Amino acid sequence: MLNGKVALITGASRGIGRAIALNYARNGAKVAVNYAGNEEKAQQVVNEITQNGGQAIKIKANVSKDAEVKAMVKEVVQTFGSLDILVNNAGITRDNLIMRMSEADFDEVIDINLKGVFLCTKGVTRQMMKQKSGRIINVSSVVGVSGNPGQANYVSAKAGVIGLTKTTAKELAMRNILVNAIAPGFIETDMTDQLTDEQKEQMLSLIPLHKLGQAEDVANVALFLASEQSNYVTGQTIQVDGGMVM
Amino acid sequence: MSNTFEKVKQIVVDHLDVDEDKVTLEASFKDDLEADSLDVVELVMELEDEFDMEIADEDAEKIATVGDAVNYIDSNS
Repeated sequence: MLNGKVALITGASRGIGRAIALNYARNGAKVAVNYAGNEEKAQQVVNEITQNGGQAIKIKANVSKDAEVKAMVKEVVQTFGSLDILVNNAGITRDNLIMRMSEADFDEVIDINLKGVFLCTKGVTRQMMKQKSGRIINVSSVVGVSGNPGQANYVSAKAGVIGLTKTTAKELAMRNILVNAIAPGFIETDMTDQLTDEQKEQMLSLIPLHKLGQAEDVANVALFLASEQSNYVTGQTIQVDGGMVM
Repeated sequence: MSNTFEKVKQIVVDHLDVDEDKVTLEASFKDDLEADSLDVVELVMELEDEFDMEIADEDAEKIATVGDAVNYIDSNS
Protein backbone atom coordinates (compact mmCIF):
# COMPACT_ATOMS: atom_id res chain seq x y z
CA MET A 1 0.00 0.00 0.00
CA LEU A 2 2.94 2.33 0.54
CA ASN A 3 5.41 1.07 -2.05
CA GLY A 4 8.25 3.53 -2.59
CA LYS A 5 6.92 6.03 -0.04
CA VAL A 6 9.21 7.52 2.59
CA ALA A 7 7.89 7.85 6.13
CA LEU A 8 9.30 9.64 9.15
CA ILE A 9 7.85 8.44 12.44
CA THR A 10 8.70 10.28 15.63
CA GLY A 11 9.02 8.34 18.86
CA ALA A 12 9.25 5.11 16.92
CA SER A 13 11.53 3.08 19.19
CA ARG A 14 8.63 1.51 21.07
CA GLY A 15 4.88 1.34 21.59
CA ILE A 16 2.54 2.78 19.00
CA GLY A 17 5.32 4.45 17.00
CA ARG A 18 7.17 1.17 16.70
CA ALA A 19 4.03 -0.63 15.54
CA ILE A 20 3.42 2.06 12.90
CA ALA A 21 7.04 1.87 11.68
CA LEU A 22 6.87 -1.93 11.32
CA ASN A 23 3.47 -1.78 9.64
CA TYR A 24 4.56 0.86 7.13
CA ALA A 25 7.72 -1.09 6.33
CA ARG A 26 5.71 -4.28 5.78
CA ASN A 27 3.64 -2.32 3.30
CA GLY A 28 6.62 -1.15 1.28
CA ALA A 29 7.59 2.18 2.85
CA LYS A 30 11.13 3.27 3.61
CA VAL A 31 11.10 4.25 7.24
CA ALA A 32 13.02 6.76 9.35
CA VAL A 33 12.78 5.73 12.99
CA ASN A 34 13.13 8.79 15.22
CA TYR A 35 14.01 8.37 18.88
CA ALA A 36 15.02 10.67 21.70
CA GLY A 37 16.86 8.49 24.18
CA ASN A 38 16.56 4.79 23.55
CA GLU A 39 19.05 4.08 20.79
CA GLU A 40 19.10 0.34 21.40
CA LYS A 41 15.33 0.00 21.02
CA ALA A 42 15.41 2.17 17.89
CA GLN A 43 18.14 -0.01 16.42
CA GLN A 44 16.01 -3.09 17.14
CA VAL A 45 13.17 -1.60 15.10
CA VAL A 46 15.57 -0.82 12.24
CA ASN A 47 16.99 -4.35 12.42
CA GLU A 48 13.57 -5.94 12.37
CA ILE A 49 12.68 -3.95 9.26
CA THR A 50 15.92 -4.63 7.39
CA GLN A 51 15.89 -8.33 8.28
CA ASN A 52 12.53 -8.54 6.57
CA GLY A 53 13.91 -6.95 3.43
CA GLY A 54 12.82 -3.38 4.14
CA GLN A 55 14.76 -0.13 4.34
CA ALA A 56 15.09 1.85 7.55
CA ILE A 57 17.36 4.26 9.37
CA LYS A 58 17.29 5.58 12.92
CA ILE A 59 17.63 9.27 13.72
CA LYS A 60 18.10 10.76 17.16
CA ALA A 61 16.30 14.07 17.67
CA ASN A 62 14.37 15.86 20.36
CA VAL A 63 11.18 16.97 18.57
CA SER A 64 10.88 20.08 20.74
CA LYS A 65 14.19 21.46 19.40
CA ASP A 66 13.86 23.21 16.06
CA ALA A 67 17.47 22.70 15.00
CA GLU A 68 17.34 18.97 15.71
CA VAL A 69 14.08 18.63 13.79
CA LYS A 70 15.52 20.47 10.78
CA ALA A 71 18.60 18.25 10.79
CA MET A 72 16.40 15.16 11.05
CA VAL A 73 14.22 16.12 8.08
CA LYS A 74 17.33 16.91 6.05
CA GLU A 75 18.81 13.52 6.84
CA VAL A 76 15.63 11.71 5.77
CA VAL A 77 15.49 13.56 2.43
CA GLN A 78 19.21 13.05 1.81
CA THR A 79 19.01 9.34 2.59
CA PHE A 80 15.79 8.40 0.85
CA GLY A 81 15.33 11.25 -1.68
CA SER A 82 11.86 12.35 -0.58
CA LEU A 83 9.52 12.56 2.40
CA ASP A 84 5.94 11.51 1.83
CA ILE A 85 4.57 10.68 5.25
CA LEU A 86 5.14 12.23 8.67
CA VAL A 87 3.74 10.56 11.76
CA ASN A 88 3.91 12.79 14.81
CA ASN A 89 3.84 10.18 17.50
CA ALA A 90 6.50 11.16 20.05
CA GLY A 91 4.96 11.84 23.44
CA ILE A 92 5.61 11.79 27.15
CA THR A 93 3.52 11.92 30.32
CA ARG A 94 4.13 13.73 33.61
CA ASP A 95 0.85 12.96 35.37
CA ASN A 96 -0.32 14.74 38.48
CA LEU A 97 -3.33 16.55 39.83
CA ILE A 98 -3.40 20.21 38.87
CA MET A 99 -2.91 21.15 42.51
CA ARG A 100 0.34 19.22 42.53
CA MET A 101 1.54 19.66 38.96
CA SER A 102 4.66 21.76 38.64
CA GLU A 103 5.06 24.39 35.96
CA ALA A 104 8.04 22.43 34.64
CA ASP A 105 5.93 19.26 34.28
CA PHE A 106 3.31 21.22 32.38
CA ASP A 107 5.82 22.90 30.08
CA GLU A 108 7.76 19.75 29.34
CA VAL A 109 4.70 17.82 28.19
CA ILE A 110 3.47 20.75 26.07
CA ASP A 111 6.93 21.11 24.54
CA ILE A 112 7.23 17.52 23.39
CA ASN A 113 3.59 16.60 22.74
CA LEU A 114 2.34 19.83 21.15
CA LYS A 115 5.23 22.06 20.12
CA GLY A 116 7.01 18.98 18.80
CA VAL A 117 4.11 18.35 16.42
CA PHE A 118 4.25 21.95 15.24
CA LEU A 119 8.01 21.89 14.64
CA CYS A 120 7.99 18.58 12.79
CA THR A 121 5.02 19.69 10.69
CA LYS A 122 6.79 22.93 9.84
CA GLY A 123 9.96 21.00 9.14
CA VAL A 124 8.44 18.69 6.50
CA THR A 125 6.08 21.22 4.90
CA ARG A 126 8.66 22.65 2.52
CA GLN A 127 9.55 19.24 1.14
CA MET A 128 5.91 18.16 0.85
CA MET A 129 4.92 21.44 -0.84
CA LYS A 130 7.64 20.88 -3.41
CA GLN A 131 6.41 17.35 -3.99
CA LYS A 132 2.85 18.68 -4.10
CA SER A 133 1.71 15.75 -2.01
CA GLY A 134 2.11 14.43 1.48
CA ARG A 135 0.46 12.93 4.51
CA ILE A 136 0.76 14.10 8.07
CA ILE A 137 -0.68 11.90 10.79
CA ASN A 138 -0.77 13.21 14.32
CA VAL A 139 -1.18 10.86 17.22
CA SER A 140 -3.47 12.61 19.68
CA SER A 141 -5.37 10.79 22.40
CA VAL A 142 -8.96 10.15 23.30
CA VAL A 143 -8.38 12.08 26.54
CA GLY A 144 -7.76 15.12 24.35
CA VAL A 145 -11.44 14.81 23.48
CA SER A 146 -12.84 13.73 26.83
CA GLY A 147 -10.48 15.20 29.45
CA ASN A 148 -8.89 13.09 32.16
CA PRO A 149 -8.14 13.87 35.81
CA GLY A 150 -4.44 13.87 36.60
CA GLN A 151 -3.40 14.72 33.06
CA ALA A 152 -3.96 18.47 32.67
CA ASN A 153 -0.69 18.85 30.75
CA TYR A 154 -1.12 15.77 28.55
CA VAL A 155 -4.79 16.49 27.80
CA SER A 156 -4.05 20.13 26.94
CA ALA A 157 -1.34 19.04 24.54
CA LYS A 158 -3.46 16.30 22.93
CA ALA A 159 -6.48 18.59 22.54
CA GLY A 160 -4.09 21.14 21.04
CA VAL A 161 -2.90 18.55 18.54
CA ILE A 162 -6.48 18.11 17.30
CA GLY A 163 -6.78 21.87 16.69
CA LEU A 164 -3.37 21.96 15.05
CA THR A 165 -4.40 19.05 12.82
CA LYS A 166 -7.46 20.94 11.57
CA THR A 167 -5.51 24.13 10.92
CA THR A 168 -2.67 22.34 9.13
CA ALA A 169 -5.24 20.45 7.06
CA LYS A 170 -6.85 23.72 5.96
CA GLU A 171 -3.57 25.49 5.22
CA LEU A 172 -2.11 22.67 3.15
CA ALA A 173 -5.17 21.18 1.46
CA MET A 174 -4.55 23.13 -1.75
CA ARG A 175 -1.14 21.49 -2.01
CA ASN A 176 -2.54 17.98 -1.72
CA ILE A 177 -1.14 17.44 1.74
CA LEU A 178 -3.64 15.58 3.88
CA VAL A 179 -3.50 15.96 7.63
CA ASN A 180 -5.38 13.80 10.10
CA ALA A 181 -5.18 12.77 13.73
CA ILE A 182 -5.64 9.48 15.48
CA ALA A 183 -6.95 9.50 19.03
CA PRO A 184 -6.05 6.18 20.63
CA GLY A 185 -7.83 5.09 23.77
CA PHE A 186 -6.40 2.64 26.24
CA ILE A 187 -3.62 0.88 24.32
CA GLU A 188 -1.26 -1.64 25.90
CA THR A 189 2.14 0.10 25.84
CA ASP A 190 4.91 1.06 28.25
CA MET A 191 3.00 4.28 28.84
CA THR A 192 -0.15 2.55 30.07
CA ASP A 193 1.80 -0.16 31.93
CA GLN A 194 2.51 2.51 34.52
CA LEU A 195 -1.14 2.48 35.57
CA THR A 196 -2.18 0.43 38.60
CA ASP A 197 -4.39 -2.66 38.26
CA GLU A 198 -7.17 -0.74 39.91
CA GLN A 199 -6.89 2.07 37.35
CA LYS A 200 -6.84 -0.47 34.52
CA GLU A 201 -9.92 -2.27 35.86
CA GLN A 202 -11.74 1.01 36.12
CA MET A 203 -10.84 1.99 32.55
CA LEU A 204 -11.95 -1.40 31.22
CA SER A 205 -15.37 -0.83 32.70
CA LEU A 206 -15.65 2.28 30.52
CA ILE A 207 -14.78 0.52 27.26
CA PRO A 208 -17.73 -1.01 25.38
CA LEU A 209 -15.46 -3.54 23.64
CA HIS A 210 -14.19 -4.38 27.12
CA LYS A 211 -10.59 -5.00 26.22
CA LEU A 212 -7.41 -3.03 25.83
CA GLY A 213 -6.35 -1.93 22.39
CA GLN A 214 -3.11 -3.09 20.82
CA ALA A 215 -0.53 -0.85 19.20
CA GLU A 216 -1.31 -2.67 15.93
CA ASP A 217 -4.91 -1.46 16.10
CA VAL A 218 -3.60 2.10 15.95
CA ALA A 219 -0.99 1.21 13.33
CA ASN A 220 -3.71 -0.12 11.02
CA VAL A 221 -5.57 3.19 11.10
CA ALA A 222 -2.26 5.00 10.58
CA LEU A 223 -1.70 2.82 7.50
CA PHE A 224 -5.13 3.73 6.16
CA LEU A 225 -4.44 7.45 6.66
CA ALA A 226 -1.06 7.18 4.90
CA SER A 227 -2.42 5.20 1.95
CA GLU A 228 -4.47 6.09 -1.11
CA GLN A 229 -7.47 4.54 0.61
CA SER A 230 -7.95 7.86 2.43
CA ASN A 231 -7.54 10.29 -0.48
CA TYR A 232 -10.68 12.24 0.44
CA VAL A 233 -10.08 12.43 4.19
CA THR A 234 -8.42 15.43 5.82
CA GLY A 235 -8.68 17.37 9.07
CA GLN A 236 -10.27 14.45 10.88
CA THR A 237 -9.59 12.82 14.21
CA ILE A 238 -10.23 9.10 14.21
CA GLN A 239 -10.72 7.54 17.62
CA VAL A 240 -9.28 4.09 18.11
CA ASP A 241 -10.61 3.45 21.57
CA GLY A 242 -12.95 0.45 21.62
CA GLY A 243 -15.87 2.85 21.81
CA MET A 244 -14.72 4.45 25.07
CA VAL A 245 -15.69 8.00 24.06
CA MET A 246 -18.57 8.59 21.68
CA MET B 1 19.45 43.58 -12.43
CA SER B 2 17.90 42.76 -15.78
CA ASN B 3 19.29 39.25 -15.67
CA THR B 4 17.84 38.66 -12.22
CA PHE B 5 14.55 40.14 -13.32
CA GLU B 6 14.35 37.83 -16.33
CA LYS B 7 14.97 34.79 -14.15
CA VAL B 8 12.47 35.89 -11.52
CA LYS B 9 9.95 36.68 -14.24
CA GLN B 10 10.28 33.20 -15.71
CA ILE B 11 9.74 31.56 -12.31
CA VAL B 12 6.72 33.75 -11.62
CA VAL B 13 5.21 33.03 -15.03
CA ASP B 14 5.71 29.29 -14.61
CA HIS B 15 4.55 29.17 -11.06
CA LEU B 16 1.55 31.47 -11.09
CA ASP B 17 0.55 30.73 -14.65
CA VAL B 18 0.22 34.43 -15.59
CA ASP B 19 0.96 36.36 -18.78
CA GLU B 20 4.52 37.59 -19.11
CA ASP B 21 3.31 41.16 -19.74
CA LYS B 22 1.77 41.32 -16.28
CA VAL B 23 5.06 40.52 -14.54
CA THR B 24 6.55 43.98 -14.12
CA LEU B 25 8.83 45.21 -11.35
CA GLU B 26 5.89 47.05 -9.82
CA ALA B 27 3.52 44.07 -9.92
CA SER B 28 2.30 42.96 -6.51
CA PHE B 29 2.17 39.18 -6.14
CA LYS B 30 -1.09 39.24 -4.25
CA ASP B 31 -2.90 42.18 -5.87
CA ASP B 32 -1.75 42.03 -9.48
CA LEU B 33 -0.71 38.41 -9.96
CA GLU B 34 -3.46 36.79 -7.92
CA ALA B 35 -1.13 34.80 -5.70
CA ASP B 36 -2.41 33.63 -2.33
CA SER B 37 -0.12 33.64 0.70
CA LEU B 38 0.86 30.03 0.19
CA ASP B 39 1.78 30.78 -3.44
CA VAL B 40 4.14 33.49 -2.22
CA VAL B 41 5.77 31.08 0.26
CA GLU B 42 6.29 28.60 -2.56
CA LEU B 43 7.65 31.28 -4.88
CA VAL B 44 10.18 32.30 -2.26
CA MET B 45 11.19 28.63 -1.94
CA GLU B 46 11.72 28.40 -5.69
CA LEU B 47 13.71 31.62 -5.77
CA GLU B 48 15.91 30.22 -2.98
CA ASP B 49 16.60 27.15 -5.08
CA GLU B 50 17.14 29.06 -8.31
CA PHE B 51 19.54 31.58 -6.79
CA ASP B 52 21.03 29.16 -4.29
CA MET B 53 20.38 31.37 -1.29
CA GLU B 54 18.36 31.38 1.90
CA ILE B 55 15.73 34.04 2.44
CA ALA B 56 14.88 34.46 6.12
CA ASP B 57 11.20 34.39 7.07
CA GLU B 58 11.35 38.02 8.27
CA ASP B 59 12.72 39.12 4.92
CA ALA B 60 10.37 36.93 2.93
CA GLU B 61 7.42 38.62 4.59
CA LYS B 62 8.56 41.98 3.20
CA ILE B 63 8.63 40.76 -0.39
CA ALA B 64 5.39 42.06 -1.86
CA THR B 65 6.26 42.94 -5.46
CA VAL B 66 8.38 41.38 -8.18
CA GLY B 67 10.76 44.33 -7.76
CA ASP B 68 11.12 43.57 -4.03
CA ALA B 69 12.21 40.04 -4.89
CA VAL B 70 14.69 41.22 -7.55
CA ASN B 71 16.17 43.85 -5.24
CA TYR B 72 16.48 41.38 -2.39
CA ILE B 73 18.26 38.83 -4.57
CA ASP B 74 20.60 41.42 -6.10
CA SER B 75 21.63 42.86 -2.75
CA ASN B 76 22.04 39.50 -0.99
CA SER B 77 23.65 37.22 -3.54
